[in-house]
Amino acid sequence: MAVEVYKNIETYKPEDVEDVTIETDVLIVGGGFSGCGAAYEAAYWAKAAGLKVTLVEKAAIERSGAIAQGLSAINTYLGLSGRAQQVGDKPNTIEDYVRYVTLDMMGIAREDLVADYARHVDGTVHLFEKWGLPIWKDENGKYVREGRWQVMIHGESYKPIIAEATKMALGEENIIERVMVTHLLLDKNDPQRVAGAVGFSVREPKFYIFKAKAVILATGGATLLFKPRSTGEGMGRIWYAVFNTGSGYAMAIEAGAHTCQMEHRFIPARFKDGYGPVGAWFLLFKSVATNAYDEVYIEKKETIAQYKPYADAVPTPTPLRNHQMLVELMEGKGPILMRTEWAIKKLSEEGKDLKKLIEEAWEDFLDMTVSQALLWAALNIEPEKVPSEIMTAEPYMMGSHSGCAGLWVCGPEDLMPEEYKKLFPLCYNRMTTIKGLFAVGDCSGANPHKFSSGSFTEGRIAGKEAVRYIVEQNPNPEVDDAKVQELKKKIFQPMVTYEQFKGASTREDINPNYLFPKQALWRLQKIMDEYAAGASMWYKTNEKMLKIALERLQMLKEDMEKLAARNLHELMRCWEMWHRVIVAEAHVQHMLFRQETRWPGYYYRTDYPNLDDENWKCFVVGRRNPETGEWELQKVPYIQIVDWQL
Amino acid sequence: MPSYVNPEKCDGCKALEKTACQYICPNDLMVLDKEQMKAYNQEPDMCWECYSCVKICPQGAIDMRGYVDFVPLGAQCVPMRGTDAIMWTIKFRNGKILRFKFPIRTTPWGSIQPFEGFPEPNLDNLKNNLLAGEPQILDMDSLPEVKKKA
Repeated sequence: MAVEVYKNIETYKPEDVEDVTIETDVLIVGGGFSGCGAAYEAAYWAKAAGLKVTLVEKAAIERSGAIAQGLSAINTYLGLSGRAQQVGDKPNTIEDYVRYVTLDMMGIAREDLVADYARHVDGTVHLFEKWGLPIWKDENGKYVREGRWQVMIHGESYKPIIAEATKMALGEENIIERVMVTHLLLDKNDPQRVAGAVGFSVREPKFYIFKAKAVILATGGATLLFKPRSTGEGMGRIWYAVFNTGSGYAMAIEAGAHTCQMEHRFIPARFKDGYGPVGAWFLLFKSVATNAYDEVYIEKKETIAQYKPYADAVPTPTPLRNHQMLVELMEGKGPILMRTEWAIKKLSEEGKDLKKLIEEAWEDFLDMTVSQALLWAALNIEPEKVPSEIMTAEPYMMGSHSGCAGLWVCGPEDLMPEEYKKLFPLCYNRMTTIKGLFAVGDCSGANPHKFSSGSFTEGRIAGKEAVRYIVEQNPNPEVDDAKVQELKKKIFQPMVTYEQFKGASTREDINPNYLFPKQALWRLQKIMDEYAAGASMWYKTNEKMLKIALERLQMLKEDMEKLAARNLHELMRCWEMWHRVIVAEAHVQHMLFRQETRWPGYYYRTDYPNLDDENWKCFVVGRRNPETGEWELQKVPYIQIVDWQL
Repeated sequence: MPSYVNPEKCDGCKALEKTACQYICPNDLMVLDKEQMKAYNQEPDMCWECYSCVKICPQGAIDMRGYVDFVPLGAQCVPMRGTDAIMWTIKFRNGKILRFKFPIRTTPWGSIQPFEGFPEPNLDNLKNNLLAGEPQILDMDSLPEVKKKA
């Protein structure tokens, strides 16, 4: 691929860019599901406290974040009040849910955080239904279960509905769209307290200075750190939202907040190339996947026997199911096939309406991954007739799905054990180790499986707590104006660099004095793919490889001082790239520290190939020292908080 | 390529306050060429094919040409998004046509009253674990208890 040739070249010198100062109490960065949840809840409590809440988003909240396109299921609904169908012989409990999540993480999760969102999440889903989200119902009026914890929805307009509720709750005047936040601001008098954030408009030459008493990071996870399987036009058709660039992780890391489980990544196994969802096929349609020779490879328990006791968990943890698939592929028994034709035949024989089944199969893609439907149509695939390939994707960093990378955040007072408390200067639910800075959704670590409903719920938890923090602590952080102007200069530097050097080459894109962000992206993806356990290396790495990755990342960071931007859109790409590189570095540092293979199927430390519960059944908590740039990592023990048995 | 714009249909949203595709794209890809008054996708390899621009375009001027990396030519997924349902026409490479209609919303757009039925917020309740509207919205009398390990 080549670098874009932009028709609209429009650069600005920092001194010609207008400053816009927004003074607020609670600032929410990111308007996806967790940000909308935070805004919704904060707006309610702020009214009583007389506080102002502002949400800033780099796109338009009607279609922003990971749910921009829609969804076909809500993956987290416990159904404690009996609104949903019951799966299995007994009703769901919070304890069973925590068990399921902890085991899917191969034995390590912040159970205080998981149980906390789990006890609230049903209320969130009930609100969504009241607002107008169509949830499938059976003949008895019960929500239709996809699996034990999931319910089916007609979710094409899921995000626009939630965005409408957010606008109504917060007031449109408090939502600032098309502004990308690039850096957090810290209190001039206390570097462990947040004071706001800065960013710029991607549509007009305006520099935004947000002065806030509390900041909630809700910016989603990180994509495209690794070379994707499709590298041409299809680079954008990654499984997770391509516009989620790890900004929240990176800004918090640069501010000196503690990270947690950043060695973890998620590798989704999905319909090949289009990355259509597999949940409905496996759970609702009870489909199986086979290798090329019709063998149901998940029945080969010997391939995961070495990972007991987690290999015995029901359902089998996601990384181990990936591992079983990778074993088949490496033995040359690919492709792996979702046997859609078998599943439909069986259901149809059981008396299900064939036409309705076909309709449900297509809706599953059309609600959330239209590209997969387009690919089926382009390949003349009719799922009732032929199987479809599935494949593991490139790695993603996230904290809301079957991935738990994120920031180290405080839990609720009634559930968080003493052992987790020591790094927090103040204890407010979902507050990071920086006072006043909260993290939710993908940004909040070690409490995965939130998905859409749980992310909105976690946002609500933090939204209330941010108001409580301000009411109780009455913080009065001071913004350092000189620092703000320094950041402004730095943020617009890529435009200055472009103008300064553009004449040094007869080709705009090959110039020894600068790099365009797309070029930095290619370099990052190659480093991560080849040295940090990317897809082309079968997710394998070792200490020597990781150390090379760190050296190369350091050089990339140095080269990125020379990023060039030709317009505001490309300036946004420059800062997204910076955030990606910071996250990539955190990922490598954490992987280097954890000397075991905890999540086979997600990544393998070939120098420590075994799962080592004796030494590593713990969280890895890290911090990049903002003064020196050095990483400090430590173990924090995993503690079982909730009553469940293996 | 991801999304592309039919120049015969695109009118640059000249009668509207803002260019619809440019307003909605989650990845800031759609741009209005003000000289031609036509929109275009400025960075096709960053397109998620989320169809937000296709669905919102008042002229029906935007479609997807599937990523050349892996999508053979000739197929099409065309949405018609109404207020309570979306209709899809799926055209296969071999000419087969499928049509579907799915609900998208059960209430009128703009009707949400976010805190309807909730008590007025009271700062005394900031300290407890109940969120806005709880426990009523949980269909319960209190927040469910978490059984801790003994």
